[in-house]
Amino acid sequence: MNWLALRMLTGDRSKYFSLILSIAFATLLMSQQVSVFMGIVTRSASQIIDVRDADIWVMDNKVRYIDEAPYLPSNELQRVRGVPGVEWAVRFHKSNMNARLPDGNFRNVVVIGVDDATLVGSPREMILGELSTLSKPNAVFIDKAGYEYMWPNQPFKIGQEFQLNERRVVLEGICKASAPFTTLPILYTRFTEVERCLPSNRNVMNYILAKPVKGRDPLEVCKSIEEQTALMALTQDGFFWRTIDYFMGSTGIPINFGITISLGFIVGAAVAGQTFYLFTLENLKQFGALKAMGVTNARLIGMILLQASVVSGIGYGLGMGVTAIFFTFTNRIAPMAGIHLTTVAASGVGFAVLVIILLTSIFSLRKVLFLEPAVVFRG
Amino acid sequence: MSVVSKSGPVQSARSSELAVQCRRIVKEFGVGEAKTVALRGVDLDVSPGQMTLLVGQSGCGKTTLISIIAGLLNATSGSLSVLGEDLIRMSGSNLVRFRQKNIGFVFQQYNLLPTLNAVENAAVPLIIAGQPRRQAFEAAKQILSSVGLGSRMHLLPNQLSGGQQQRVAIARALVHEPRLLVCDEPTAALDAHSGQTVMELLRRVALQPDRAVIVVTHDNRVFNFGDTIIHMDDGVVAKVEIPDRSMNGNTNSMY
Repeated sequence: MNWLALRMLTGDRSKYFSLILSIAFATLLMSQQVSVFMGIVTRSASQIIDVRDADIWVMDNKVRYIDEAPYLPSNELQRVRGVPGVEWAVRFHKSNMNARLPDGNFRNVVVIGVDDATLVGSPREMILGELSTLSKPNAVFIDKAGYEYMWPNQPFKIGQEFQLNERRVVLEGICKASAPFTTLPILYTRFTEVERCLPSNRNVMNYILAKPVKGRDPLEVCKSIEEQTALMALTQDGFFWRTIDYFMGSTGIPINFGITISLGFIVGAAVAGQTFYLFTLENLKQFGALKAMGVTNARLIGMILLQASVVSGIGYGLGMGVTAIFFTFTNRIAPMAGIHLTTVAASGVGFAVLVIILLTSIFSLRKVLFLEPAVVFRG
Repeated sequence: MSVVSKSGPVQSARSSELAVQCRRIVKEFGVGEAKTVALRGVDLDVSPGQMTLLVGQSGCGKTTLISIIAGLLNATSGSLSVLGEDLIRMSGSNLVRFRQKNIGFVFQQYNLLPTLNAVENAAVPLIIAGQPRRQAFEAAKQILSSVGLGSRMHLLPNQLSGGQQQRVAIARALVHEPRLLVCDEPTAALDAHSGQTVMELLRRVALQPDRAVIVVTHDNRVFNFGDTIIHMDDGVVAKVEIPDRSMNGNTNSMY
């Protein structure tokens, strides 16, 4: 009977391809939008993800997201270091500054200031230059996308001098870094260089990165830090989600993407549903004949579900394939860097397609199940 | 030969081997003011080895009766025995199995699956019965040859004429060797010549000593093919004719 179901499905080529294309289109639309949404939202916390040495972030207890952290007095670092369960703690800076190039052009940049002694929080993967050169006086690193933004159409090279907040700095390395939410260049430098660039600030440390003693639960250590310092201490994961929650709740991103994703679902469900329903309707007499000839309702359900599964499987695969190709090409474009098809997006869209096809099948099945086989005798 | 009239069944010597035996079959549709009585107490016997024509005007109840006999509709009241089985009391799943095994259908609009070729269409009842596809196709090829479609068995329905499509439908109805063949207006969509061919085919191929053939028709050009002609009117059997097949065109009528 499976053979019969598949022959009925594939025999009408135009309907068969319409069904597949409608599912593929819905899959493409949903997976593309879900992936872009996830990519953009993840970008809002990309600097948190990029710090891989420390498990705990300590900050002012009113901080809502990574880009909005007031500076802490330097003695807070010693207080955190004194909390039992803390293996080590280092200072960390994040702010926006102005970079002025020799030709007079200037760019707003994200500046990450890492601990001079340990370089905790510095980039892990260098494209040009060596990590140790960050210890040189006036040294800064820039991320790849930032380099292309500041020196467009120029080959990668280091040694360029420019000003950061009107202080001379030297580009000593080009590194990989996750794209930030604002797509600004990311400059890495040492903490003392940040102090040099921000001379009027009394404090320039807005985060303390800490590592719990081996075997200690980071959440417990965070709790101890909060109890003893009145600062907020979050695990990396906790701070990541706090930042994302802020962007989800305070921007129009989720609503706008939600609308597009919903439209993808609705259009997919409507087109696939209608086409499949019409396909079933046109075959109603044949289904009636099969019923008259002794095909049970259970077998008819199996046939229709098989047809729906084949169409949705091929359509889903096709849609996902096009999405993957799309991101393979767009990933090379700086503004789309880091936005890719994720397993979560693929699974979520897979579930949505399953819902579409189940709804579609239910409507078609109703017609077939309630069909009286005697209908075959009505001309 | 068994014949029944409104006043009661006329039994033949082979009454114990009747293929179909209807008694006081009533069928109502709808309830209350919308209630329509399609059959008003039909008595009917059909013997194996014979072709019974069920004739009458549109709306007289012949399609309803054939649907009940084929186990596709439930009667409101009355008793019905088909091939020795009490269809009125048979459960849904048993009824489906019974139809699958014992009844062959020929429809007015052929109802062939448009995406299957003639062989595949003819093999459908065997595939439904769970026979391996290869065997089913072999059996389908044989039966298609016997209905004269040996050279066109790989064509799709839309590549066949109406008469050829109906021959595929007959092959499909016979491929699983049912004991009762139910044909609904098999010549209605065909021209006179094709209609004659189809009826000749039904007599030649379908009619077997252990198989009964019931044909619903209002096409009086094919009345001469029946062993019994049952005229229906307003939900009852109005007249039964037994054509004298030895006397060309003559019939004996019973009321």
